[in-house]
Amino acid sequence: MNGTIAKLALAALLGRRRFWLLVAFPVIMIGLTALVAVMAGDDEFGWQMVGLLGYPLVLPLVAILAASSVLGPEVDDGSIVYLLSKPVNRHAVAISKWVVAWVATLVVGAGSVLAAGLVVEPGEQAAAWLVASLVAGTTYSALFLALSAVTRHAVVIGLVFVLIWENLLGSIFSGVAWLSINDWGVRVGHEVSAALDDPANLAWALLASLVVTAGGVFFAGDRLRSFALTGDE
Amino acid sequence: MSTLVLENVSRWFGNVVAVNDVTMTVGPGVTGLLGPNGAGKTTLMAMMSGFLPPSSGTVAIDGTPVWRRTDAYRQIGLVPERELSFGYLTGRAFVRANADLHRLPDAAQATEAILGVVDMVEPAQRRIDTYSKGMRQRIKIAAALVHDPAILLLDEPFNGVDPRQRMHLMDLLRRLADEGRTVLFSSHILEEVERLARHVEVVVSGRHAASGDFGAIRRLMTDRPTRYSITSSDDRALAAALIAQTSVQAVQLRPRGGLDVQVSDLGSFATALPRLTRTQDLTLFELSPSDESLESVFSYLVAR
Repeated sequence: MNGTIAKLALAALLGRRRFWLLVAFPVIMIGLTALVAVMAGDDEFGWQMVGLLGYPLVLPLVAILAASSVLGPEVDDGSIVYLLSKPVNRHAVAISKWVVAWVATLVVGAGSVLAAGLVVEPGEQAAAWLVASLVAGTTYSALFLALSAVTRHAVVIGLVFVLIWENLLGSIFSGVAWLSINDWGVRVGHEVSAALDDPANLAWALLASLVVTAGGVFFAGDRLRSFALTGDE
Repeated sequence: MSTLVLENVSRWFGNVVAVNDVTMTVGPGVTGLLGPNGAGKTTLMAMMSGFLPPSSGTVAIDGTPVWRRTDAYRQIGLVPERELSFGYLTGRAFVRANADLHRLPDAAQATEAILGVVDMVEPAQRRIDTYSKGMRQRIKIAAALVHDPAILLLDEPFNGVDPRQRMHLMDLLRRLADEGRTVLFSSHILEEVERLARHVEVVVSGRHAASGDFGAIRRLMTDRPTRYSITSSDDRALAAALIAQTSVQAVQLRPRGGLDVQVSDLGSFATALPRLTRTQDLTLFELSPSDESLESVFSYLVAR
């Protein structure tokens, strides 16, 4: 962990217009949930907003935007050489950047899921969604950081993963749950409240989340270790 | 004092050879890395600064390879050609971050000192995205110099910098070299290299074309046969007068008017031509070098 790298990553996150997009989605989601909960007068519709919009879409979207903001543009335009031409371990660079993306994902992403849950009904179920969001948000941020270190299309690929694989295919084939960050989080949340599904084995959900998180951050660091500056020729 | 040594370095990308068997030693003082665009200068710089592994051969500083050794950056200051994309930082914050990344004992003081060296104390409080090209260049140099490196690598440092700031930068680099540092800068402009570097390494199409004292290389370049195209009030009369000159190797009349002249000795041709036109009572309308592009200069050097 390197404080200077983290500070710069935070400046990169807050200093770009993309940050407002990152904040806008959760705010809209909370507003819609409140609107639905009040208009329908039935908590069930409110929970559907959390379970179908907040947790599976807004949370990963925040993670994608945060992870790609701290690393993507610098890798894209090569200006990361200014950070890498220093006697700083490249894994420390990756970890520092991940910590910033991770905290942003938890504060803005998981925080907004919790807020939406509290709007519907403070209690066990809201806590369960928070736990699910903390687990999934952590894993998402590491996976998308690794993605940002490899390709400039990290945002698009991340969206495809979330929309097509996790949400579309995940709702058709139950087996997808074994390879879905979304479902791992839900499984851990299930421990807090049975209102959440039980799509996979708990040990698997925890282990897989841990492996993807550690693997993602390590992989990002390894990519930075071999970062090559190619000319325009 | 540190020395950068390249031994039989090649680098290819797929089927394309970007750098072909280059061996050179860069020691203290200013060295110019001269070559046309696309010659492999940036690829060489990337290998020298540890941002690209050589496909074969070694790049080492004082005997230790550079690739995948982050400790090497204690000795290297790198000024990449890339634009700074840290527009949301102030110049001071950016230089300070570089000092912090080097874990300098007194980062604040080092930051102020180097801002003074590049003459950026006053604008340092503004965001980088408000800077002119020359100011960005100076902030980049300040960031690369803040840890007092023994080796300074600059990729096309004068690109887009206005003449006054260019003079200032050149003075700065000269001063750094006089203090015993190894300063290597790349450029595709002959005049820039001539004004700053005594020692020159020339690369063309990925190959090491020439190495040595700038004067010697310059002489090779100016002594080569040069072609001019001339239009005048009486081309045939001028052709007759020109061919009598020893500096002129060939004259050809163009079918639609005008002359092509091949000159072996540029200096005496340049002094002879005006005198000649005056005594023959001719008027020159146009005189232009027909192959004065840097590429042709380089290809001459390579062919030699």
